[in-house]
Amino acid sequence: MKKVIISLIMMFGIISSTSFAGTLVINTDTSDAAPKEAFEYIIKKFEEENPDVTVKWNVFDHEGYKQSIRNFLNTDPPDVANWYAGNRMLPFVRAGLFEDVSDIWKDSGWVDGNLSENMEHAKKSMTIGGKQWGIPYTYYQWGVYYRKDLFTANGISVPKTWDDFVAACATLKAAGITPITIGSKYLWTTAGVFDYLNLRTNGYEFHMDLTLGKVPYTDPKVQAVFDKWDELVKPGYFLENHAALSWQEALTPMVNGEAAMYVMGNFAVAPLKEAGLRDSNLGFFQFPEITPGIPMAEEAPTDTVHIPSKAKNKTDAKRFLIFMSRADVQEEINKILGQLPINKNSSVKKGDPFLKAGLNMLNNAYAMAQFYDRDAPAQMASEGMKGFQEYMSNPDRRQKILERLEKVRQKVYK
Amino acid sequence: MELNNSKAKRITWWQKNQVKISPWIFLAPGLIFFSIYVIAPIFVSIGISFYQWDGLSPSIYVGLQNYIELLDDEYFYISLWNNLKWLIFFMLAVPIGLGLAIFLNQIVFGIRLIKSLFFFPFVISQVVIGLIFTWFYQPNYGVIAPFLNLIGLEGFSILANENTATYGIIFAGLYPQIAYCLILYLTGLNNINPEQIEAGRMDGAKGFHLFWNIVLPQLRHATFLAIVVTVIGALRSFDMVAIMTQGGPYGYSNVLAYYMFEQALSEYGYRMGYGSAIATVLFTIMMFYILFFIYRMYRNEREDNN
Repeated sequence: MKKVIISLIMMFGIISSTSFAGTLVINTDTSDAAPKEAFEYIIKKFEEENPDVTVKWNVFDHEGYKQSIRNFLNTDPPDVANWYAGNRMLPFVRAGLFEDVSDIWKDSGWVDGNLSENMEHAKKSMTIGGKQWGIPYTYYQWGVYYRKDLFTANGISVPKTWDDFVAACATLKAAGITPITIGSKYLWTTAGVFDYLNLRTNGYEFHMDLTLGKVPYTDPKVQAVFDKWDELVKPGYFLENHAALSWQEALTPMVNGEAAMYVMGNFAVAPLKEAGLRDSNLGFFQFPEITPGIPMAEEAPTDTVHIPSKAKNKTDAKRFLIFMSRADVQEEINKILGQLPINKNSSVKKGDPFLKAGLNMLNNAYAMAQFYDRDAPAQMASEGMKGFQEYMSNPDRRQKILERLEKVRQKVYK
Repeated sequence: MELNNSKAKRITWWQKNQVKISPWIFLAPGLIFFSIYVIAPIFVSIGISFYQWDGLSPSIYVGLQNYIELLDDEYFYISLWNNLKWLIFFMLAVPIGLGLAIFLNQIVFGIRLIKSLFFFPFVISQVVIGLIFTWFYQPNYGVIAPFLNLIGLEGFSILANENTATYGIIFAGLYPQIAYCLILYLTGLNNINPEQIEAGRMDGAKGFHLFWNIVLPQLRHATFLAIVVTVIGALRSFDMVAIMTQGGPYGYSNVLAYYMFEQALSEYGYRMGYGSAIATVLFTIMMFYILFFIYRMYRNEREDNN
């Protein structure tokens, strides 16, 4: 019955401004199947553990949520809303729309063990101005997904260094296979490549300085990143016509065996498997080392829950956030999501080699980047990604593009 | 006596002014809504263009800063230039529509069916047309790929190339626009006075002469309307761009309307002030055109009345 009620609420997406004691209003953007199921599960579990609380859950369309959250935080705030870590939450924090939840992170009495310890590697991306503004509950790894069979057929082993990687591309190209597929129509895929090249060439600190606007885009270190990128772009190791394709469309050449690698997030595994690839011919490896000795930081976009500062029922909202931070809860959510829990005490779904590899990699990661469009402010991100796409189509324009980005940087981070 | 007098006075005031007032009463609902939803937002939008505002935080007055930034913005010039391309090439819809209308304006068996088939593109939503043409243009496996291969452009992607993307979108946009002009001209052709054509024939006019000197002048109203809707269509071209390229590759197929949306309302935007500045520029361009249009209409009506 409860499920029926929840799904009814879900269907109508009712937003009501009236709330009585013990009602917890949660807004989420989990309109896709797996995230919806995950939230259905945790809300049910939360209600079972807290019989005095009735959860009222509004599901928004994933894309529409980005617009709606700007409205409802002001006009009709829920008690809990989900969002993303890093600079993506900065506008809301700056506008005073998110509640400071540093006390949950500090007070070890509320949770099993100390949060700051269990989620230490994610704390940085939840911190603005020395305070924490939400609780992360899931993330996923980025890296290189590749066709094992194509590698074997061409005598390539998994590249560990940049030279191996470039050599592997050359071998594949010579064999008539597109080394790296990419679909850049919606721009953001190019940022994945840039982030990794920068993280590996210059390291996490420099990458953060760049996305925080402390370093000019014309810096020699940024030039060095593009020098590395040149080694892939100039010989044509990326898929042709990538600007016409979405990231999903760019999966096709990989499925057909016409392309061998994809720098992507773990969400690409599901569609690749649906299209017929198996664990036997689809593999994953960490983006190879470029500058030796630089600690390996990874790209791991994190999903989070927050309390709007205008929420009516902050007491129960805090209970929900603490609940969401628990190892066992994160474990269950991420089993349904097919992603990775943040809490170090959670384990992951058995038998999924990609999750296992991701967990290994992230638990040993030096630091976590959130992705260019979450680390850099929106305007910088959109101009930057446009620039990356233009560069990938016209590597000769590098200087002009970097100068333009520098101009944007000076405007954005005034 | 006095009471009667005042009553009479009141009635006469209404009677006196009834003719003047009643049109305003009837116009009132329209005028009120028009001012709230059309006129007022124009001024609010121009006002916002002097501020820096992300829609959440308090807005900061920056004076002409947004406009100064526009002058230094490469993408703004690209969008403006693309708008011009749209204006020029979208005009092709008018002569092509006219040609098709004349071709279809004959009485043979099944012509109604054929006409309705030609109307079809106008019935389909722009979004659907955008999607279908994106598939047409798809490199390697799109419908036109074999033809591109024939002329040696193997794997060429129209929408991913900065030089061709805009033309690709305009071409897709022409498809429904031609149908629209065709409808306008077909109705125009119905109203042509057959006696004048007869008279022209008797005087020895035929072929192109007959068309140019007798048919076309009578289609003046249809032509005017077709040009008006086409110009407006070109200036507000938004849906096609949004569906087919989102302004890409790297902003080279952007138009002002979409660039405004991108800056003010898209995922990475929320620069309300800057978006409003772009909107104001677009509005100014349209205003020139609209004023010309209103002036023409006013003049025509005076001519008709005389």
